[in-house]
Amino acid sequence: MLSGYTAVYNATVVDRLLAEGAIIIGRQNCDEFAMGSSNEHSAYGPVLNDADNTRVPGGSSGGSAVAVQAGLCMVSLGSDTGGSVRQPADFCGVVGLKPSYGRISRYGLIAYASTFDQIGIFSINIPDAALILEVIAGADDMDSTVSQEPVVAYSSLLSEERNAGKKYKLAYFRQALEHPSLDPEIKSAITGLIDRLTAAGHSVTAIDFELLDYVVPTYYVLTTAEASTNLSRYDGVKFGHQTAEKTEDLTAFYKKNRSEGFGREVKKRIMLGTFVLSAFYFDAYFAKAQQIRRLLSQKSQEIFNNYDALISPNAPCVAFKLGEKQGDATEMYLADIYTVFANLVGIPGISLPLFRTNDGIPFGIQVMSDQLKELSLLALSDQLMQSEGKH
Amino acid sequence: MVAITDQLIDDLAHLSRLTFDDAEKAAIKTDMEQMVQFVEKLNEVDTTNVDPLLHITPNQNIFREDIVEGSISREEALKNVPKTDGTYILVPKVIKK
Repeated sequence: MLSGYTAVYNATVVDRLLAEGAIIIGRQNCDEFAMGSSNEHSAYGPVLNDADNTRVPGGSSGGSAVAVQAGLCMVSLGSDTGGSVRQPADFCGVVGLKPSYGRISRYGLIAYASTFDQIGIFSINIPDAALILEVIAGADDMDSTVSQEPVVAYSSLLSEERNAGKKYKLAYFRQALEHPSLDPEIKSAITGLIDRLTAAGHSVTAIDFELLDYVVPTYYVLTTAEASTNLSRYDGVKFGHQTAEKTEDLTAFYKKNRSEGFGREVKKRIMLGTFVLSAFYFDAYFAKAQQIRRLLSQKSQEIFNNYDALISPNAPCVAFKLGEKQGDATEMYLADIYTVFANLVGIPGISLPLFRTNDGIPFGIQVMSDQLKELSLLALSDQLMQSEGKH
Repeated sequence: MVAITDQLIDDLAHLSRLTFDDAEKAAIKTDMEQMVQFVEKLNEVDTTNVDPLLHITPNQNIFREDIVEGSISREEALKNVPKTDGTYILVPKVIKK
């Protein structure tokens, strides 16, 4: 759809990085319109995982993850609507930070689902992620959805927080670790970590989360609805793909442009989004999902009233083989089970590359905190990376 | 579960401004059946007296001064237009004789 498109202005994040002397090296591959969990839905073909070229890098921001994994750059940006920064970071063994909803201006970011989308950061360590966040976060006249909260000096405060050696109150969802889809190797790595954290003086509590099996369906109803709306701008008139065929009227022209320009996964999601928004089904699906989103948001507030952070797997499995998950239309969707919660409730989440399988495939752990508590999240993450010997 | 009929697919395709040939239509129908069945699970959750959540931050009405900024020139605006005469964007004829 956007083949040959040349941006005519910079995203706010790019301008802010350039203003601080950053060197922008290039663009990176991702799933078409950020829709995918494996990078296999890209018009350019899939990115390969640098740890094992037969495996996917995760998605949608797979190119951004591999660029850092393979040492092509120190830091890269991606977008995270339901895990598209944290899951590829997990699959590629790098740090992946999705800040709170609204922490970073989205001016210049292509919209997928506007109540979920957030720009995220890939890096090799926590101080780099903190520094980049400090540069790119904050209010922006060009994005009315961005938070007006002042930006914390994440980078300099991180070392102070780290030296304080704080003991944290942590929680995890019992249902998340006991989920039948979770790879036993991931489960045992996280259980081991919980034991070490407890031994180090932190408290780690198992809490119940009965809605775990509903987060992915809720996420897909809401995001496809928003995507079908956001992607209506691709009509092939002002920019984007335009058909070479002659069409008899404007509607046929739009249909032809869009049908030729969009890939299969994108069309699937536009169709589902149109379905859940159509008058007859609106209450049964869209309004229902919005109600469940409120229940999830209440759950999140309840958790963070009592705990500093929530720990969880990033994905039920490690990086899978290319072409492995191409069966049922929803098979790949379930891989988002651990990441979509943060987007549904607008909290920050970070993927920390702490582990490897016996075959040498990297995977990590996800840490989430309350909205706009990035400093605390980064400080805890830094402490975890240090104590697990990842520096 | 809602029956995904050919008629429903046609209606949704029209609303989505998409077209599918016969083979694609069979594929999207299967995809839709699987996806709708997948989201059907939400009916199991009791949401009696729960208000839909529309905004996930407390932010309201973030305004800025009404000053023209961030605009691009006509030349830049036309840079990515598939068909243009240099001044206007060209589309198929919309008014029939």
